[in-house]
Amino acid sequence: MSNAPDLKAPKKAISHSTLGRARRWSWMFQRISGVILILLIAIHLTMNLVMGDGINQIDFAFVAGKLANPFWQWFDFLMLVLAMLHGANGMRMIIDDYARKPWMHATLQWALRIATVVIIVLGTLVLFTFDPCPAGSDPSLLPSFCEDI
Amino acid sequence: MWMWVVHRTTGVAIFFFLLVHVLDTALVRVSPEAYNEVIGHYKTPIYAIIEAGLVAAISLHALNGLRVIAVDKWTWALRRQKVLVWVVWIGFAIVMIGFLPRHLMHAFGGA
Repeated sequence: MSNAPDLKAPKKAISHSTLGRARRWSWMFQRISGVILILLIAIHLTMNLVMGDGINQIDFAFVAGKLANPFWQWFDFLMLVLAMLHGANGMRMIIDDYARKPWMHATLQWALRIATVVIIVLGTLVLFTFDPCPAGSDPSLLPSFCEDI
Repeated sequence: MWMWVVHRTTGVAIFFFLLVHVLDTALVRVSPEAYNEVIGHYKTPIYAIIEAGLVAAISLHALNGLRVIAVDKWTWALRRQKVLVWVVWIGFAIVMIGFLPRHLMHAFGGA
């Protein structure tokens, strides 16, 4: 009986990671942001659609009254950033799955990146440069505290 | 498989709504009149139905997301993943039974 051939060591060590570092982070981020977003959006919808007059109460005075408070500014900022990144990350995977032609894939991924950055920057500017009592506006459209200014 | 389809379609729908929603809210920076004019459209019957659909999409995506996390993390959840799909649908029904009457009363009843 002949001896079994000597086993050679594989040229490259086997990686037990199925995803690269970036995609592992994207996987973790999607789960962590998802759980935080459930809490944030549940509060957002309860405040705006369930409490008080629901959808009927939403007007400039309502939004201005909320955004005059730094707590809601930062609440909305966190919700904006997490929701956009969570959504964009999901859309990125969907584009990877379905856009097979390289030019189509590249176009969609860039459109997604640009839209994501534009929406986050625009939303952040609105949240932090917003004036609840703009000068020269019809007072009946403004929150009641504007009368004291 | 079907929950995967549900997760994708609700996710895409919510993403596009989110883009529109940030843009419409950005109108508070333009003028009170512009914001009230555009947001007034959300108070029409057709939008009241779309909002209900949006809340449905969000709660379904949220509950199924929790199921996916559970199935990834715990073996007991992986073994019972079919039961957990039912848990998702029952949780979804409870959320909608809580939300719909109040929202429809706001939208149609003038309450």
